[in-house]
Amino acid sequence: MASNTNFEKYKSDGSLQGNLLEWFDARFPATSMWRGHLSEYYAPKNFNFWYFFGSLAMLVLVIQIVTGIFLVMHYKPDASLNENGIPVAFASVEYIMRDVNWGWLIRYMHSTGASAFFVVVYLHMFRGMLYGSYRQPRELIWVFGTLIFLCLMAEAFMGYLLPWGQMSFWGAQVIVNLFSAIPLIGEPLSLWIRGDFVVGDATLNRFFSFHVIAVPLVLLGLIAAHILALHEVGSNNPDGVEIKKRKDVHGNPLDGIPFHPYYTVKDIVGVVVFLMVFSIIVFFAPEGGGYFLEYNNFLPADPLKTPAHIAPVWYFTPYYSLLRAMVWPLFGIDAKFWGVVLMGAGVVILAFLPWLDRSPVKSIRYRGPIFKTLLTLFVISFVLLGFLGTKPPSYAFFGVIPGAPVAQFLTAYYFLFFLTMPWWSKIDKYKPEPDRVTM
Amino acid sequence: MKKLLAALLFAPALALAAGAAIHLDKAPNVQGDNAALQSGARTFVNYCLNCHGASFARYSRLTELGLTEQQVRDNLMFTAEKIGETMRVAARPEEQKRWFGAAPPDLTLIARARSSADGSGADWLYTYLRSFYVDEKRPTGWNNVVFENVGMPHVLGQLQGVQVLNKDHKLELLAPGSLSAADYDKLIGDLVGFMVWLAEPHAGFRKNLGFGVLAFLVVFFGFAYALKKAYWKDVK
Repeated sequence: MASNTNFEKYKSDGSLQGNLLEWFDARFPATSMWRGHLSEYYAPKNFNFWYFFGSLAMLVLVIQIVTGIFLVMHYKPDASLNENGIPVAFASVEYIMRDVNWGWLIRYMHSTGASAFFVVVYLHMFRGMLYGSYRQPRELIWVFGTLIFLCLMAEAFMGYLLPWGQMSFWGAQVIVNLFSAIPLIGEPLSLWIRGDFVVGDATLNRFFSFHVIAVPLVLLGLIAAHILALHEVGSNNPDGVEIKKRKDVHGNPLDGIPFHPYYTVKDIVGVVVFLMVFSIIVFFAPEGGGYFLEYNNFLPADPLKTPAHIAPVWYFTPYYSLLRAMVWPLFGIDAKFWGVVLMGAGVVILAFLPWLDRSPVKSIRYRGPIFKTLLTLFVISFVLLGFLGTKPPSYAFFGVIPGAPVAQFLTAYYFLFFLTMPWWSKIDKYKPEPDRVTM
Repeated sequence: MKKLLAALLFAPALALAAGAAIHLDKAPNVQGDNAALQSGARTFVNYCLNCHGASFARYSRLTELGLTEQQVRDNLMFTAEKIGETMRVAARPEEQKRWFGAAPPDLTLIARARSSADGSGADWLYTYLRSFYVDEKRPTGWNNVVFENVGMPHVLGQLQGVQVLNKDHKLELLAPGSLSAADYDKLIGDLVGFMVWLAEPHAGFRKNLGFGVLAFLVVFFGFAYALKKAYWKDVK
């Protein structure tokens, strides 16, 4: 722990870098921020595998921003047809893929990065559920997190329109049309979102603007808030016990270690392993079996040709399943509207998790069989909902078990898991938490 | 318990494997075989490029198949002036729409776009181009097993010959064309190989580069892991 508090050395020796740092520190909180967020930010020493995904989400964010900046240099958000009858936007993506030096790599990194973002964020959120990271005093971190998730969905949805392929076009058409199901204001609202009666040039341009400027700005702000809130209260850990309760003579947590250098060097290992998986996809399977780049999206958008089966990209499919599960009109309002409500509620309900969970302990390590069983079933139903969302509603498992009622059943489970949590989390058995973290 | 969970999580993958619609023949893989790809390129510019464009591809890129610029100019460029031009059709899309009812689709990316759960785009093209049969009910006189009521006539019919659907709904060669069945399959295999290359000309380089990147990451992992171990040795 010696190497991280050596700023005084520079300040006292009168060297150039020492003087420079002193000059800066008198005008900008450089050293204090470095200390507060890195070299003297004490993180629990028992982080495990699941704790890699926060830093990996930051890495993917940087990949997306940097590759995005270079893509924008050559991409043209223009739905008009070129001399060959191809939409300019679609042609500009192929131009990047073929004629821009390393354009294919930048584009594949961006398209793979979109899927990687959701993989990493889903695992990051699951970690929170495993160890109760959303519990008091970290409720706000979790709420900011769900807002980040919501922004990420908006960002991905609008970005997906930009290549202007068949799936881009028809996916956007289907999703924007959902808003028309809202009573009274629905039709004008969807018209207002599109800026036209169909998804067209106006839609493409505004989605481009939102994708490259508006949503990333909000996203960055929320991520800053997420991390500031985290560093205010300190990180949770796999044991779910507060390390700040036990401190040494210097007032530092006994079970804490400075984030830098301990977790920076550890996260580099995670980064390398992640980059291996990422590279395998980018270099050997950039289409991800049709899940990362849908095959139909290699055809330019054609408003006159509706694809036989319109499927959203995989990371939206669990929520798409929630949407499709609602097939009954209620209170004289179209079922489609209630599907939209269900899909929205599916995301929003996550934000209430800190107040739904009444367990006396945070971590799964000390929680009882009810939680372990229900959480396992939750993961299985989430994966199955995602799988069914990639399939047409007529799909049947092994050709015999119809998928649609299964999706409805799983949708009910998704919501009941949260809504009944105050009850079952209270009656569940639990083991006593240890005083200190265990390695 | 863990095994049961793994089985349940794996179930979707198994279910995915079930249920295929059309049977697609496996296209031969000729990537890296420049002679085959050159032959495919020749068929492509002679038979496809008259109506279909490949407007994202440039003639200059054909030199990557082991041809000189002069060879490309002499043998493969019919309508373009400069080697850097894209492989366009002479006709405008609006004219084609008037003539054919719909403009023939651009073929640059078709080998990627035709991929599905049934098989790769190459398999689809390979089967499709060998599955035309005579159908008097169609305006062109042709229909296709893989692409029902297709708008395109059998442009390669002279080479393959005339096929009909027999009573068992199987394709049957009625009158042979100028090529034997084996030679025709080879011609289509080369053509499809060229179209796969055309859809992503850098795919070979991409994979080669991937091995280099992974090799670097393996070495980097060694250093990163050693660094982590060294820093963490006194954390208990």
